[in-house]
Parts: sequence; C-alpha cells; structure tokens
Amino acid sequence: MSGEEFVPLSLTPLLIGTFAAIACALPGNFLVLRKQALIGDAISHVVLPGIVVAFLVTGAISTWPMMLGAAGAAVVAVVLIETIRRLGQIEPGAAMGVVFTTMFAGGVLLLEQTDTSSVHLDVEHALYGSLESLIWLDATGWSSLLDPVALAGLPPELARIALTLVGVSLFVWLFWRPLKISTFDEGFARTIGIRTGALGMALVISAAIAAVAAFDAVGSIIVIAMFICPPAAARMMTDRLETQIAWSVVFAILSAVSGYILAGYGPLWLGGSDSVSAAGMIATMSGLILAFAAVFGPCRMRAAAPGPG
Amino acid sequence: MLWDALTLQLGYNATLVAIGATLLGFSAGVTGTFLFLRKRALVSDAISHATLPGVCIAFMVLVALGGTGRNLIGLLSGSAISAAVGLLCMNWLIRRTRLAEDAAIGAVLSVFFGFGIVLLTIIQTMGVGRQAGLEGFLLGSTAGMLWSDALIIAIGGAATLLLVMIIRRPMMMVAFDSEYAAALGLPVHRIDLAMMGLVMAVTVVGLKIVGLILIVALLIIPAVTARFWSDRSDHVVLLSGVIGGLSGYLGAAVSASAPNLPTGPIIVLFSFGFFVLSLFLAPVRGVLAAIVRHLRFQRRVHIRQGLLALAQGQNIYEPYTLRLLRQAGLARPDGVATDAGRAQAAKALRDEKRWEIVRADNAHEAAAALYDGLRDIETVLTRDQIDDIDRRIGGPREVRP
Repeated sequence: MSGEEFVPLSLTPLLIGTFAAIACALPGNFLVLRKQALIGDAISHVVLPGIVVAFLVTGAISTWPMMLGAAGAAVVAVVLIETIRRLGQIEPGAAMGVVFTTMFAGGVLLLEQTDTSSVHLDVEHALYGSLESLIWLDATGWSSLLDPVALAGLPPELARIALTLVGVSLFVWLFWRPLKISTFDEGFARTIGIRTGALGMALVISAAIAAVAAFDAVGSIIVIAMFICPPAAARMMTDRLETQIAWSVVFAILSAVSGYILAGYGPLWLGGSDSVSAAGMIATMSGLILAFAAVFGPCRMRAAAPGPG
Repeated sequence: MLWDALTLQLGYNATLVAIGATLLGFSAGVTGTFLFLRKRALVSDAISHATLPGVCIAFMVLVALGGTGRNLIGLLSGSAISAAVGLLCMNWLIRRTRLAEDAAIGAVLSVFFGFGIVLLTIIQTMGVGRQAGLEGFLLGSTAGMLWSDALIIAIGGAATLLLVMIIRRPMMMVAFDSEYAAALGLPVHRIDLAMMGLVMAVTVVGLKIVGLILIVALLIIPAVTARFWSDRSDHVVLLSGVIGGLSGYLGAAVSASAPNLPTGPIIVLFSFGFFVLSLFLAPVRGVLAAIVRHLRFQRRVHIRQGLLALAQGQNIYEPYTLRLLRQAGLARPDGVATDAGRAQAAKALRDEKRWEIVRADNAHEAAAALYDGLRDIETVLTRDQIDDIDRRIGGPREVRP
C-alpha cells in the first residue's frame, strides 16, 4: 500500500486507536491490581447521559461541551456510587450496578425524548464510535507529515487523545512510587504518610479522563476492553509491576494495530468487499491476546493456588 | 391515557408487553437476589453482554438456512449458547488464572461485546436488509411484539422461576456461607454454575423487552432494594420479585402511554425509583431511620451528661443540653435543677457509682462489658444484684473532721 493512500486514510485512525489504547491501558494496570477493573465499564456507560445533557444544553454537537458533560457525568457517577455504598451499606459491585444502569437508562430516555434525528448522535455511535471516519483529508502522502498546511487539517481527535496520553503518562510517572506502594499495601502506604484516599480518587479521575477522551474518538467498547484486557494479559507475563506495564503497552499497541488492520483489510482478504467495525475488532484482538496469555503466560497462576487437575 | 395503560386498555400489543415485562421483572428480581447475596451482582453484566455474538451468529445461520433471520427462538438459543461460552470463559479465568473476578468479568464483557459488534457490521454489509431487528436486542424493542414472542417470554420466565424454587435452598446456603456449604458436602462450584445458568436464562428471556445492556439493572436493582426491607432471605427473594414485577408492569404501561418512551429504560428508572424510596424510607436500614436513630442517641447522651452535671453542681454551658433538660421539666431556663431534675440527677450519679463497682468486680464481667455510659443499670442487673451493690456503696455517713 502506498503512502498516498495510507497516510490520509489509515495513519490517523491507527494513531488515534493506538494512543487511546495506551491511555486506557496505563491506568488500567493499577485498576486491575486494585480490583477496580469495572470502573472503566461503569464510566463508559454513564458517559452517554453526560453527552446527551451537554447536547441539550448547548443544542449543538460540539466537542468541548460534550467532553465536559461526559466528565461531569463520570464524576456524578463516582460520587453517587460512593454515596449509595455508604448510605445503604451495599457492596461496591452492586452499588455500581445500580448507578451505571440507571444513568445509562436515563441517557437512552433523554436521547429518545429529544429530536436528534438531524444530528449524528445515537446509542450505537456511542457504543462503537467511528474510528474509520477519522481520516486526514489534507494529506497527500508521507511528505504531508512535514507540511504545515496539511498538518493543520489533522482530525482534532488526534491532538486531544495524544494530549490525554501525555497527561496520563505524566500522572503515572510522577506518582509512580505512591501509586505502586498504595496499590500493593494500602495500610503500609498510609503509615508512611501517603494519602491513599486522595491518590485512589486521582487514579479514578485520570482513568475517567482517559475514558472520556478515548470515548470521543473510538467509542466505549474499546475503552472497556483496553482498561482490562492488556493489563490482565500483562499480568500473566510477569510478577514485576514495571515489566507488567511495559507488556500492557505492547499488548495495547498490538491489539490496536492488528485490530484496525484486520477490520479494514481482513474482509478484503477473505473475498468480502466492506470493512467491519474497527472498534469491535480491536476489542476482539485484545481478547485473543488475553486468551493466549492466560493459556501460555509464564505467571498465569495465582502464587498460592494449587496447580490444575 | 396513563390509566388506560395501567388497566391494560391500550390494545393488544401494549397488553402483551405489559404482561411479558411483569413476568420478566418478577423472575429477574427473584433470580438476581441470589446473585446479589452471593456478592456477584456484576457477573450478570458479563453474561448479558456475551449474548450479542450468539444473536448475530444465530441470525447468520438462520439467513444461511434460507429464513428471514427473525425467528425469536433461534436468536435466543444462539444468545444462550454464546452467553454460556462467555460464562465458562469467565469461570475458567477466575479459577485457573490469577485474575480477580472483576477483571475476568470486564474481559469477557468487552471482548464478547466487541466481537458481537464486528459480527453486527458484517450483517449490515450482508445486504439482507433486515438487521434492524438485531439492533433492537441492544436496548430492547417492544414495538411489534408478537403473541408467540410474548409466549416464549412467559414460558421462559415461568420455567426460570420454577427452577429457582427447586434449587433455592442450596443456592441460599452457598450465597450466605459457601465454606459452610462446602463442608456440608454441597457441590458449591456446580451450584454457582446453576445460579449463573438461571441468570443467563433471565437475560436471554429479557433480551427482547429491555435489551442486553439494561437487563443487568433488572437483576441487580430489585434485589438491592428488597434487601433494605428485610433480613430474612425468603422475604427478600419474594419482595425482590414483587418489586421487579411491579417495575416491569409500571414501566411497560407508562411507555405504552406516550410516544418516545422506550420500554427498557422506563422499567429501569421505575425500579431505581423504588430503590431510592427504600434507601430513604426503609425501617431499619434506611437513611431516615438511621438519622432518627442518631438523633435519639444524641438526645440520650445530652440528657445523661446534663443530669450528671446537675448532680455534681456544675454549670451547663451547652445550649442543646439545657434545652433538652428544660423541655423534659428537669431544669429551669437559668440552668438550676427542678425537684424532678434533682431526683433524676441523684439517680444518674448513683447509677454511675453502681457501674463503677460493677466494672471493678470480676464477678460482673459480662454485665460490665455492656457499659456504654448510657445503659440503665436496671436493664442489666436484677433487683437483688443492685441491692447488693448499693450495700457496698453504703448510705450517707457522718463526716468527722
């Protein structure tokens, strides 16, 4: 495939998908270790009402209000889950189930009640995004990467998700020691003066930011898959957190690239004519990687668990 | 209009949907309770999302066989098979690898759903043109429900209920104390699988009405709601069924009464309404009850401390204490005790002294453990015991300089 075709049509979706995958996988490592993996699931459900409310308030599909609405909804959901858990003394999983399903139902109801037929806003779009449509029309080939005029026409999602990735990486890098200690031994972390409550909240918020930014570009299904599958697969490969994070980034890139290519070209190879959903394919690939890691990974067993059989 | 809907006067389709939703809500509520008590509520999320690839594959198979692909039984069997595969994958991940339950749930959920979406896009490009029915499984679609669909839902719901009734005892045992159940020789793992199988059955039955994303709500919310009202497992199960059924019925009726009110979300919002009511109003576990309990406790502490202060001749500076004492007729506005106040204050002081003796005496160890500064000593010791303690304290004595 030549640069004239690849750069405008496939380069930006590939980059956006990869950046989104890494931005979700990084905080995902800690969420999986802290047994909070389903936060990603909850956030990606509650983003829908946030976006719909933002649309109702502004009356237009514009990015910033929608991202703010989504982030606001994520914060509301986290607060609600915590409130319900404390007030009702309910286990966290059930409290989460109550909140995110209700908010999602509210979002669907709002969407049905408002006339959104004229704009591109529907549940399916929210679920699996439109990675394929994020093309770079101004590009003519590899040389466009150095052409300021063409670079100005890059899809804005690329800059946003790249910025988010930098932010999330900075967070993990700056708070590396406290994050690591409080993830493995919260009691010890508190005795040496780490404010574990605030740190846990910061982790959830950075995960929410990653989820919202990725959601904007690629839909919620990748978000859930990337929060969990690459870190879970990486967990089977090693016992060291540093190595695990490296593996998870590798797996995230691998699933994004292979998923995108398979979705775009797989059907053509099989004799079909149309491509399939890239978001779904990326999620599927991450699942296959997890399956391989779960069967062959060197550290797949629990340390104290009895062997198979 | 709303009244017509509630009394099932809105025509054939609305009536079918209402009956189906009620049955579905009831069986989801009952089944979900076991899941909730087992603390595995979110497993239902994985199961429901895992139905999507099955629905798509069943549709493709049906079309390949020459049908229209809209055979509900075929689609539901497909969804059941893929949900079962998802369930087994999840169980395998939890039992055979180091992954915790939440990661396994999330992995199965996202991967199966993602794969389902890939299949959906393939179906869209197949050019069969009737894939619209499949997207209805995401959020449910009750428009154009057929008598045969309603019948399938009714039979499925009833069969699930019957199975729950048959194996409810072992399920309850496992839900409350799985280790004890294992010690009794119950096959805990198999009972868990049976529980998940029932959840899967409810999910599959509910696909048509509320869709796979929101069926989770019907499995979780009624159970959580019912738990507020009772500590007895059989009551919780029944109540959860009733709440689920009621939400299903009200939701279906309201959604039929006006356009643009999708059935699934309305049912979920009704059950959430019941949840919020229970969260605040439930008699023991509710928020209001807790606030009342707290205020009463605060009152008792203030009155007790106020009485002790009066007995020792100290001034009371805390306005709330003073107000409480005044309202009870124990003190005057200037903080001086009334006759009744002096009597009760003397009693409070004497009780403190009695407790002091009780707590110093090993023979009263059990009673002393109940001391919290508020408890009336008469509720802990018998008359004779108190008399014995009073003898040790003794009466007023002459003081010689």
